[in-house]
Amino acid sequence: MNQTFSRRRDRLLTYRAMREGKITSSRRTGCSACGEESPQLEWDRNLQVCPRCGFHAPVGAYYRLSNILDPGSFQELEEKLSPADPLAFPGYPVKLSELEQSTGLKDAAVAALGKIDGRRAVFAVLDSRFLMGSMGTAVGEKVTRAAEYAARKKLPLIIFSASGGARMQEGIFSLMQMAKTAAAVQRFQSGGGLYISCFTHPTTGGVTASFASLGDITLAEPGALIGFAGPRVIEQTIKEQLPEGFQRAEYLLDHGFLDRIVPRSEWRAVLSQLLALHEKGGRP
Amino acid sequence: MSRYSPEEKVKLARHPERPGTADFIDALFTDFFEQRGDRLCGEDGSIFGGIARFHGRPVTVLGHRKGKNLEENLTCNFGMPSPEGYRKAQRLMRQAEKFSRPIITFVDTPGAYPGREAEERGQGEAIAQCLALMSTLEVPIISVITGEGGSGGALALAVANRVLMLEHAVYSVLSPEGFASILWKDSARAGEACGVMKLTAQDLRRGGIVQGVLREPKEGAHTDWQAAFRTVDAALTHELAALDKLKGPALARQRYDMFRVMGQNLAPAGREEP
Ligand SMILES: [Zn+2]
Repeated sequence: MNQTFSRRRDRLLTYRAMREGKITSSRRTGCSACGEESPQLEWDRNLQVCPRCGFHAPVGAYYRLSNILDPGSFQELEEKLSPADPLAFPGYPVKLSELEQSTGLKDAAVAALGKIDGRRAVFAVLDSRFLMGSMGTAVGEKVTRAAEYAARKKLPLIIFSASGGARMQEGIFSLMQMAKTAAAVQRFQSGGGLYISCFTHPTTGGVTASFASLGDITLAEPGALIGFAGPRVIEQTIKEQLPEGFQRAEYLLDHGFLDRIVPRSEWRAVLSQLLALHEKGGRP
Repeated sequence: MSRYSPEEKVKLARHPERPGTADFIDALFTDFFEQRGDRLCGEDGSIFGGIARFHGRPVTVLGHRKGKNLEENLTCNFGMPSPEGYRKAQRLMRQAEKFSRPIITFVDTPGAYPGREAEERGQGEAIAQCLALMSTLEVPIISVITGEGGSGGALALAVANRVLMLEHAVYSVLSPEGFASILWKDSARAGEACGVMKLTAQDLRRGGIVQGVLREPKEGAHTDWQAAFRTVDAALTHELAALDKLKGPALARQRYDMFRVMGQNLAPAGREEP
């Protein structure tokens, strides 16, 4: 019985991950970093990392989870949580439903319960295909509920960020999600929970300035752009060109803001090691 | 209350003659002792604060400072803090909790400074730590948005038990210019952005983002500082008395719960959990 469920869940995640693969990579086999083209098959084998230059192309939330979780362990949380339109912003509801159609997501975050090498954890994964992974009320609420769920179940919390920051279309309500999510992960951590924050390309603005920067352990994918202000805004402000590699994961590592840079093929192993080192979610 | 359009309010909120943090501290508090530096790497003049008495009672008071003339503007970086400023704020607020002093913050900033060094020293991390810290402190926190409440740089000092706003102050996810340039790729449409952003005190009160709107003199706070001081003084006295009824952990809980529900009622509940 249990096995049947587990197989069904596995098929569901595989199906969703494949659907993303089709959407993100059916025609695009060129690399946005080096400009070189590679056969799609090579990209697929390489987990959507450029076979030529190693650029870690953004991937969808389900695809990422399917690469990390034990087969059959994926259980989505808060699946029905839907976005709202608190400012009655012109054109926003239409945009939201178009994106739901094209991505299969209700908003830019997926929360799930899953296992890595048999150890359970709660995951929240931002998806940059949905309005650049920006945080509005639904994303803020989902991250918060993931933290609350992890606290209730005494499980570790692992969040993958990929976000342009606060979502403009929800105005001040988006800004408040920064306070809400920061408070939620803080409360989870004060209760003894392990929170691993994983930055992926690109993560800026209100997500960097809230839950993503508060991990007990902070990791990032190679080359990920991570910052508060975007590079264009900075260049306009200081009127000079930024140095090569500015705000990239390697730069943040050098400046003391990351524990480690993790290539996409190593996430599962690194997270597994960390979960093992914090057996029982870090609680004695 | 709606004599001014949102666009006019943005102009009033940015008025150079408007009383700022240093003016409020000077007028409403006694025995002010300024505290400087983050004890890590620097001092940031754009956040101004220290210990003072409010009607005789020791409090920690701090806020964004823009400066009143070009020289001051430059020392204060026009009220745009760097990580040092946010880390100094954390130091002051932690100390306030240690000595059981209420915290009063004045918010008036275009936003956190988007500069190279600010990024190198972790602007995002510094703001995030402010938010996390303020959500846990077991002393009363009252924030007054006096002018411009710009983005995360403003919120970093406004995770309070009560967030009050002067009548013509504004508070928003980004400056109207930035908003227009992101959404419409045209910063010249800032005026239009003011209209859709719901950034006025009245809109925010209605949306449950702020808990009180403080009346300003007819033509704006810059025309009659004394009147503005009296209003803010009375509001702080009133709110502080109300918060004194809550014990430490209850203060942290009230603050947490207040921010917890922001945007929550907008999104339907999920299915039953596994
Ligand atoms: Zn490449």
